[in-house]
Amino acid sequence: MSIDRKQAPSIVDAVDFDLLLPKVESFTLRNGVPVYAFNGGAEEVMSIEWVFWSGNSYETANLEAATANFLLRNGTSNKTAFQINDFFEYHGAFLQRSCFNETATISLHGLSKHLDVLLPLVRELIVDSVMPADELSTYVQNMKQRLSVSLKKCDFVAGRLIDAYLFGEDHPYGKYTKAPDFDCLSREQLLSFYDRYYRNGEFMLFVAGKLPANFREALDQYFGDLPNGKVDRPVHAFQPAAQKKYRIENDPNGVQGAIRLARAFPSRTHPDFQPSMILNTVFGGFFGSRLMSNIREDKGYTYGIHSYLMNLMQSSGWMVSTEAGKDVCEATIQEVYKEMRILREELIDDEELSLVKNYLMGSLLGDLDGPFQIIGRWKNLILNGCTDEYFYNTIRTIKSVTPEQLRELAQQYLQEEDFYELVVV
Amino acid sequence: MIQFDRFQLANGLRVIVHPDHTTPNAVLNVMYDVGARDEDPERTGFAHLFEHLMFGGSVNIPEYDEPLQRAGGENNAYTTNDLTNYYIQLPAVNLETAFWLESDRMLSLAFSEKSLDVQRKVVCEEFKEHYINKPYGDVWHKMRTLAFKSHPYRWMTIGKDLKHIEEATLNDVKAFFKKHYCPANAVLVVAGPVKTEDVRVMAEKWFGDIPSGDKYDRRLPQEPAQTETRRLVVEADVPLDALYMCWHMPARMEPGYQAVDMLTDILGSGASSRLHQSLVKEQKLFSNVECYHFGSTDRGLLTIEGKLVTGVTLEAAESAVQKEIDQLLTNGVTEDELQKAKNKTESMIAFEDMSVMNRATSLAHYELLGDADMMNTEFARYAAVTIKDVLVQAEQIFRMENLNVMYYRSKPEAV
Repeated sequence: MSIDRKQAPSIVDAVDFDLLLPKVESFTLRNGVPVYAFNGGAEEVMSIEWVFWSGNSYETANLEAATANFLLRNGTSNKTAFQINDFFEYHGAFLQRSCFNETATISLHGLSKHLDVLLPLVRELIVDSVMPADELSTYVQNMKQRLSVSLKKCDFVAGRLIDAYLFGEDHPYGKYTKAPDFDCLSREQLLSFYDRYYRNGEFMLFVAGKLPANFREALDQYFGDLPNGKVDRPVHAFQPAAQKKYRIENDPNGVQGAIRLARAFPSRTHPDFQPSMILNTVFGGFFGSRLMSNIREDKGYTYGIHSYLMNLMQSSGWMVSTEAGKDVCEATIQEVYKEMRILREELIDDEELSLVKNYLMGSLLGDLDGPFQIIGRWKNLILNGCTDEYFYNTIRTIKSVTPEQLRELAQQYLQEEDFYELVVV
Repeated sequence: MIQFDRFQLANGLRVIVHPDHTTPNAVLNVMYDVGARDEDPERTGFAHLFEHLMFGGSVNIPEYDEPLQRAGGENNAYTTNDLTNYYIQLPAVNLETAFWLESDRMLSLAFSEKSLDVQRKVVCEEFKEHYINKPYGDVWHKMRTLAFKSHPYRWMTIGKDLKHIEEATLNDVKAFFKKHYCPANAVLVVAGPVKTEDVRVMAEKWFGDIPSGDKYDRRLPQEPAQTETRRLVVEADVPLDALYMCWHMPARMEPGYQAVDMLTDILGSGASSRLHQSLVKEQKLFSNVECYHFGSTDRGLLTIEGKLVTGVTLEAAESAVQKEIDQLLTNGVTEDELQKAKNKTESMIAFEDMSVMNRATSLAHYELLGDADMMNTEFARYAAVTIKDVLVQAEQIFRMENLNVMYYRSKPEAV
């Protein structure tokens, strides 16, 4: 049998798929804490996430929120950090905590059969953490050391600075850590933050996996009596930098420069946001993007170059990010501007746009695979005050967006003079 | 229990089908039995450079990525010291596109000068980004050279010298392809909402007429037993002193491998592990310390590494690590510690197996190691490990003549 290998097999256009975001069940604990749950999957595992309104935006001093979040696992009045970690690990569970701009989380991954033994200890962390002084001082010492290593990396330095230019150093989105900030942290201040934003804080729960039959009762038993106090959302003013172009030398022996180009962009609820996601995909949002094709696959200036709309609640930014050879940094920047200009001046042809639409739909389908992915997408919607209507609107936008619309967006947003430009070598 | 079917095409290609009808996505995974260990010592980094060239167009298809993206698919690849893996995920209705693309590049590449020229540069930038322009980036280059004298694990996947990449020629590329990229040296796994019979038909159609190629006869220089402690002191422009200690350990298929895996877990993985508790929390000598291994197919390295708290000497840090090891050798591990390591393993396996992509890759890897069904029996080997097994391995590994130590010193700031 001979086959024609030059002939591609016929395909079903992903853009014609009817994608469904599986529904989550939602209910409240007796104290009003909202719970979103997706029950599914073949493996006997679960993920539970406690999302508190206790991120960087709520702190009065740099690092307060992140440090309080970190130390949740480092001691209660009854247990040492070692005992806590040992207990979770003994049950094959992973307890992590993360601090973001608005929210901070505790997340638990483990085998579903251990739900009942694990929940009481998570409760203990939320109501009875003591943040021992010794744990704090070890943390401060080790974080300062880690910062000293990170500051040697040009991409780390560039990532901090570009956010500061975009949003201002005093805004939670733009502020960054300096070594002396660690020395100012006091245990009392952390305990007071903890008391207000965790023990008495406002939170919600996201649960997914093959959930035990009693999971609702168990969650209500251990978390339904917590105060769940209301937390006012703070307002911070953006203070973008006036100067647009920066060249910084961080390491005299560096062989590569970290390049960041960024401009302010409205938040996800703005009507331009979703169609701009598609324009971004064409520009630098996937392996076949214009930036990758030109700057990596044609010129070989970099291992990778990406553009993206920043995932933030109050605002966004349009960012181009890459590390390129020291001697080709300026050439790389000029190529990025050239690609912007082409998007402003020329229509994207139908073939390229249909490819991007199919790619985006296929990638949405791929991302919805499995209970953890599904709850993750819902969490992003819910925390941003959206419903699944937002998801379906994304799909409608992908299906209907036209080359003319995208060119207009490029003319509005992809203007060289609006971008901050930074190279850190 | 992971269900799968297995058959072989007449040209020697091994095919594994793992049906899972709960997902709308299909995965097609091709694993080639070639890694950096199979390279010529004068042309290192080649397996990885070659992986890049696999995306530069094949004999009948000028563009690899574009038709796949059009079919709603995504793909990637990676190279290790032991193997090279290519994977595609796409909507199951478009699975045949993946067959078409993967079979054509197994048949033959386009071998374009332009692609080679560009990818040489891209890989050089990757080399710089990860191994030069980064504090401690050259640690494994130096440690591999110290710990291995004969075995090709003595260089990293990226290569031992940028020059080797820069000097690669199209003839090298062709010879490498001919030697390693053929049905006899590959495993194909298809997973997702598929029927074995349909996959068999598609596999025959697209891969069946590709010439078998010669089965690669791997004859790697064996690493002679190390006879004395090796030491290396490095000074570099980094902010903190760091300590690296490596011991040779059993190969992936040797008995005892699972016991060693648990030994590293007990010593140094997780916030309740021995080294973290004693050296970071109690004695405050390290700001971080870990114990791990690489899961290498041939005999690899068990590693303990950490960065020191400023003011602590490398000598003091090393002797503190040694004390923990001595204590383990004297008193062994506890029932609870062993049980904890088993529970973590059980949980880790369950989480890994959630994704159809991971299942496909694991099946391919186990098949390359000898039998895909090991995926279903591996946990039993962990569950059977005893306290004594762990101690026997610890005694075998933690011998002074088996040790390689690197002091990675912070160079004093120039005034």
